[in-house]
Amino acid sequence: MVKAGTWVEIEKVLLTPEQRAPQVPEDTKKVPYVMRVSGFLQKDAELNSEVTVKTLSGRIVDGTLVLVRPHYEHSFGDTVEELLTIGLGGEI
Amino acid sequence: MSRDTSYQAVMARKNEIMKMSMGLDYDVYKTGELAFDYEKMMDDCGFTLEDVIRIQAETKVGNTPIYELKNLTNAVRKTCKPGKGARIFVKDEAANASGSFKARRASISAYVAQQKGYKGMVAASSGNYGAAVASQAAQRGLRCIVVQEIYDSNKIGQPEIVEKARKCEAFGAEVIRLTVGPELFYYNLMVLEETGYFNASLYTPFGIKGVESLGYELVHQIREKTGKDPDAVMITQAGGGNLTGTARGMLAANCNAKVVACSVDLSGLHMASDHDFNRKSFTTGHTGFGVPFAVWPDRADVPRNAARSLRYMDDYILVRQGEVFYVTELLSKLEGMERGPAGNTSLTGAVTLAREMDEDQIIVVQETEYTGAGKHHNSQLSFARQMGIEVRRGDPTEGVNGKSIVIPEHLIQVTGHKQDMQKLRMSYLKNACKHVDPSKWTDVDKAFVAADCKRDLPWLEESLSKLKAEN
Ligand SMILES: Cc1ncc(COP(=O)(O)O)c(C=O)c1O
Repeated sequence: MVKAGTWVEIEKVLLTPEQRAPQVPEDTKKVPYVMRVSGFLQKDAELNSEVTVKTLSGRIVDGTLVLVRPHYEHSFGDTVEELLTIGLGGEI
Repeated sequence: MSRDTSYQAVMARKNEIMKMSMGLDYDVYKTGELAFDYEKMMDDCGFTLEDVIRIQAETKVGNTPIYELKNLTNAVRKTCKPGKGARIFVKDEAANASGSFKARRASISAYVAQQKGYKGMVAASSGNYGAAVASQAAQRGLRCIVVQEIYDSNKIGQPEIVEKARKCEAFGAEVIRLTVGPELFYYNLMVLEETGYFNASLYTPFGIKGVESLGYELVHQIREKTGKDPDAVMITQAGGGNLTGTARGMLAANCNAKVVACSVDLSGLHMASDHDFNRKSFTTGHTGFGVPFAVWPDRADVPRNAARSLRYMDDYILVRQGEVFYVTELLSKLEGMERGPAGNTSLTGAVTLAREMDEDQIIVVQETEYTGAGKHHNSQLSFARQMGIEVRRGDPTEGVNGKSIVIPEHLIQVTGHKQDMQKLRMSYLKNACKHVDPSKWTDVDKAFVAADCKRDLPWLEESLSKLKAEN
């Protein structure tokens, strides 16, 4: 169970494939248009259940509870050795 | 009363929502079938350049340093004919509050939103603009919502956009994360309707006015440092506001340096494709936006776009992904500066153009942007590998967008390639003809179209008859 007040992420399908904009290319038209937003959980709830959250702008938004305390993991990536020798003198 | 939230219904309410969220009526500027009074629209927003500079100083925007890149200039001179190799300068726009020139673009909108009593601002941007609006809103006590295209259908986020989401949240903004598709605009309208917040569109007169200070400052700084005017200014181009605002600022300073656009060549990749989304190593400053917006600016989220880049453009250079990564690395290793992708795009363009210019001439790269986790070229290349893209050193012309990135072995292989300006102008003209049949154009329309192409009336007449002959 996730306690009310926890910082969570919810997900919601905004448009099913049939409802998508007419101009989208074929591959994009095959998948739904999905939104994710983070906020404070309004009531105790189970993961993957329908919930409402209060976002940082104060909006109340509903959707499926998909993540508890979402965080960032982006990094500088694995070392790309091809970059290491650039600009050291020999080649320019 | 609950409103119809289908795609069609929301799009049909577009004009009404736009008026409410900006307090701007575009209809009053209409002067012909195609034409509108662009200069009047820009003037009517009510800010002189002095006002802009004063307002920006209130929120940590502007007055960024300019540096001469002497080591890079020397390296370039070793790859060109004697007597060639212009002096390369860079304006360090990363020094603005949010880390890019986009702080200028957001600053006047935030001021207006505050003055008009809006409670918050909404921006649709996956990039630096979202962070800029968040930073400016924070300083003016306004709430902020940023609507981003960030994931493909496998929920894989583009690392650079993930970093932008983080930065927006760092400034207290709510970030709405969307999957790939042009419906972002639809959801943006729904959020504007729901919140009643100010629409901080990238393409309003406020946005472009805010960038004029950049062009104006850079001319004065170069004059102060060198006693001369710059000969060329290299500008990373996507939606065209960067170029339009900078060029207008340069004109306000009576500078007639060449205005050169530069984009990363991403030809072959579709901008609204779920599959291609994470196979691009650049999220802006690329041809997917740069070319369509140059040849038809009125495709933006406002009725008339204040960013009209072709009006001010003298040349347009394309560079390859691998070339930009190489020059990014040189900026670090030769100049001791780590900066982000968009500024390094124009830096790469400048390297190629400097070679053709005389050594006493001056070329200015008009921006840098911040870098860091996700935005760094190492993150992008590492991510590209994960997505199955081949990364290697070699001849950059061998790179195939979406399949391989070839990083040059030597600076001499950083060449870029010029676009044919006549072709771009003809492409604009074809678009204009598609919108309104030329038989219906008035003299005002003709003058407007010619000005939008930076050409005169005889050119227009001649080009129109060429098009007619083709059909
Ligand atoms: C740092 C930076 N430079 C340049 C650009 C391109 O500007 P414009 O879209 O006005 O052409 C962008 C826009 O995304 C940007 O964020």
